[in-house]
Amino acid sequence: MIEFRGVTKQYPDGTVAVGGVDLVVPPRTTTVLVGTSGSGKTTLLRMINRMVDPTDGAVLIDGTDVATVDPVRLRRSIGYVMQNSGLLPHRTVLDNVMTVPLLKGTRRQPARARAMELLETVGLDASLAQKYPAQLSGGQQQRVGVARGLAADPNILLMDEPFGAVDPLVRQELQQELRRLQRELGKTVVFVTHDIDEAFLLGDQVVLLRTGGKVVQSGEPAEFLASPADDFVSGFVGADRGRRRLRLEEVDGRRVVVDEDGRPAGVLEP
Amino acid sequence: MNWLVQNLGLVGELLLVHLALSVPAIILSFVIAIPIGYLAHRQRWARGVLLTLCGVLYAIPSLALFIALPAITGFGIRSPLNLVVALTLYGIAVMVRTAADAFDAVSPDTRLAATAMGYSAVGRFWAVELPLAGPVLLAGLRVVIVSTVSLVTVGAVIGVQSLGSLFTDGFQRGIVAEIVTGIVATMVLALALDALSVLAGRLLLPWSRRAAPSRRSSAQAVPIEAGEPA
Repeated sequence: MIEFRGVTKQYPDGTVAVGGVDLVVPPRTTTVLVGTSGSGKTTLLRMINRMVDPTDGAVLIDGTDVATVDPVRLRRSIGYVMQNSGLLPHRTVLDNVMTVPLLKGTRRQPARARAMELLETVGLDASLAQKYPAQLSGGQQQRVGVARGLAADPNILLMDEPFGAVDPLVRQELQQELRRLQRELGKTVVFVTHDIDEAFLLGDQVVLLRTGGKVVQSGEPAEFLASPADDFVSGFVGADRGRRRLRLEEVDGRRVVVDEDGRPAGVLEP
Repeated sequence: MNWLVQNLGLVGELLLVHLALSVPAIILSFVIAIPIGYLAHRQRWARGVLLTLCGVLYAIPSLALFIALPAITGFGIRSPLNLVVALTLYGIAVMVRTAADAFDAVSPDTRLAATAMGYSAVGRFWAVELPLAGPVLLAGLRVVIVSTVSLVTVGAVIGVQSLGSLFTDGFQRGIVAEIVTGIVATMVLALALDALSVLAGRLLLPWSRRAAPSRRSSAQAVPIEAGEPA
């Protein structure tokens, strides 16, 4: 379990990136931090592995304040996946995936075997193992990034807009893949995105942040539509636009769900 | 040609002496410039000061430096060590700016990823930043190699033997073939060392040649920004 207690990050110039956040991330679930740029979601994420230290408040992992843990050791125990994959361009795919286990002192042979296994888990062909990142497509690079994040078998996986830079088709594929992985592995995933659809798709818990790093609403995805906290929330999730206002229409004896403009969204099962 | 054939022994000997003067200076300046360049890269305030100092250092006329240096180092004016120190200073002056640029060229994303994975600052330098700065460092090293090999010849004027002695001697005695031999041998030596450094780069930086993305598996359309990490 990850717990944020009154966490604030204020920069020397006075900018408040995160303003007093209280939040609990339950274990083995996916929590998605969503918000526009400048809402402090990435800062909040980076406080978990001490890439950023809060100026006030504390972040606890299983009851231990991370401020008391050596940052290098802490980071090696937490998976991290970022936008544009962040792969080391001078290392092969295999070596990239092996990085953290080797840093933690795993011997080469077992680290290698584990890395090959992980490439398969994330749906990459073994023939890519000896390639350099630049020789891979954007989607493949992100898969390697996920494999690398999982390599040391961390309990916690931090994902900072991991699918933000791939095209929509590949993104959908990667999102489905992540859902499958999460069902199999049951990690505690904290996922940052600015895409509310992605948040609803992946999150067991969704946390909506606004400029100044304040939590506007948090809860299960459906709650955002059923009872948006305020106009900002309705606006952000699109409840005030036609896309999420669905109604039923009878077509050929079946009940079809359409949006405000009458565009079909699906069929209602009896 | 006749002159060269008759003096092959002398040319060979001077070539070795020339090598013994330039190689230590090249290696020393490369090794010393890297931490200074890294400091200039990390610290904004240090950057201006260091790069300016290097610029000024390079502006000192070489002959003046050769003559003034013994007062500081205590080596004799004709000592090869004196020359090596002077050449190292020039090498550093050239190399520091390139080293700073080389570290600047490492993608911030990659540095961030390395930190997030749990590299310590020292570990990240050796395992990530230094190798990724490699291609630009190599470009700087090549300039240092050529400029050092050519600068060694100036030492002949103050009496430190090298291939430059062939110009001074040939000039005094009016032997054109000797002067030409000196020039050609110096250039050949510079090119040979340059080729060697390029070869070393190929062995040490195999990834830099394969950086061009191949899109054989382009069944999916991949936007440029996703496919090309800086």
